[in-house]
Amino acid sequence: MSDHELRVSKIRNGTVIDHIRAGQALNVLAILGIDGTGGETVSVGINVPSDRMHHKDIVKVEGKELSQDEVDVLSLVAPEATINIIREYEVAEKQHLERPDRVVGVLSCPNHNCITNADEPVETKFEVLDDGVRCEYCETILRDSIAAHIAVE
Amino acid sequence: MRHDHLITAKQLSREDIEEVLDRAAEIDADPAAFGDRHADTVLGLCFYEPSTRTKMSFETAIKRLGGDSVDMGTVESSSVKKGESLADTARVVAGYADALVLRHPSEGAAKMVGDFVDVPLLNAGDGAGHHPTQTLLDLYTIRENAGLDDLTIGIMGDLKYGRTVHSLAHALTNFDARQHFVSPESLKLPRSVRYDLHESGANVREHTDLDDVLPELDVLYVTRIQRERFPDENEYHAIAGEYGIDLETLEDASDDLTVMHPLPRVDEIASEVDDTEYAAYFEQAHNGVPVRMALLDLMMEGQQ
Repeated sequence: MSDHELRVSKIRNGTVIDHIRAGQALNVLAILGIDGTGGETVSVGINVPSDRMHHKDIVKVEGKELSQDEVDVLSLVAPEATINIIREYEVAEKQHLERPDRVVGVLSCPNHNCITNADEPVETKFEVLDDGVRCEYCETILRDSIAAHIAVE
Repeated sequence: MRHDHLITAKQLSREDIEEVLDRAAEIDADPAAFGDRHADTVLGLCFYEPSTRTKMSFETAIKRLGGDSVDMGTVESSSVKKGESLADTARVVAGYADALVLRHPSEGAAKMVGDFVDVPLLNAGDGAGHHPTQTLLDLYTIRENAGLDDLTIGIMGDLKYGRTVHSLAHALTNFDARQHFVSPESLKLPRSVRYDLHESGANVREHTDLDDVLPELDVLYVTRIQRERFPDENEYHAIAGEYGIDLETLEDASDDLTVMHPLPRVDEIASEVDDTEYAAYFEQAHNGVPVRMALLDLMMEGQQ
């Protein structure tokens, strides 16, 4: 990296999500429910040059380790991403993304007439298909716009 | 029947279906023999949408089995009006009844309620989703008139929103059936149903013109095209006219054709067809009672 480029500093404790497909970083933050109000220190790189991917996004979150549920949903919008858990500036753990069989409570159903959109005490559940996800209640199949249906609190 | 709830026709195997239809045939042959089978059974009816046939045939079915029903009444007259959730109402009624019948305008409603109640739940229609008890009486009618194997069936009308169509299409994948779907482009089968039919390897073809397939059909299942699906009144009339049948339409049909309709019909089938050998739709509606008796009998039996 040359002196003219901006370097994002290492984090002490937290998570680095690297090799995110270019343009998906903000969706990754949405999945993690990070909008700045929680006070975490967050660094986001968008369209960063990458040897492996030509361009990539990268997200560093200070003071937060991802849960398995969060990792599961990340795998749907950023399947190529790698996740490093950092403790005391060192990589303590590497999490690999595997597509889950189902995702619970994270996506909202695009079908307005689905019971999960009717103010009932029910969490959304989506079965993960080879090329999309499917609501387990109304059976609507969602293929191209999964990230747009992330239910952000 | 090994199922606690009947939510969708997809959960029914060929054996499940034949068990219900065989029991329905026994009931049809000797209804009195079943008259006190479920003397202490109370059926809870929760209908959040209007219904004539489904609701009345369930009420008749439980009464002919010796039991009784309690009815939530209309949405306007119930605590739903006060803002009570479906999940709460269903749990309360489940405490009064030995089994529940639910019709609701939202897709997935029955699936959700099934997770909240511990008495058998029968889905009597969830939005544009499923209507499996209608499918069982449809299959009974098909079996009586045309047989369920080596069947060529045309399913015509509103295939997008028609829950009877979705359930019937799923159930027919258990049999040796060639399914021809006839509809305007705008009312073709939804992606989720096509996906399931494809996954099950069903023999399916789609058409926009009934003439392409009518002569080879054993059964023509006609459904209502609903006015509210079209923003434009003229467009509705044009489409509805194109997907209706009368004696002239049926000139090219096989003499053995069976014409079915889940009812209510509006203009889809001209009344001149009613008195022909083709018409099976009133018989189909009557079959709602023995088939629902059979289903209740088997599901309650499974609880004992």
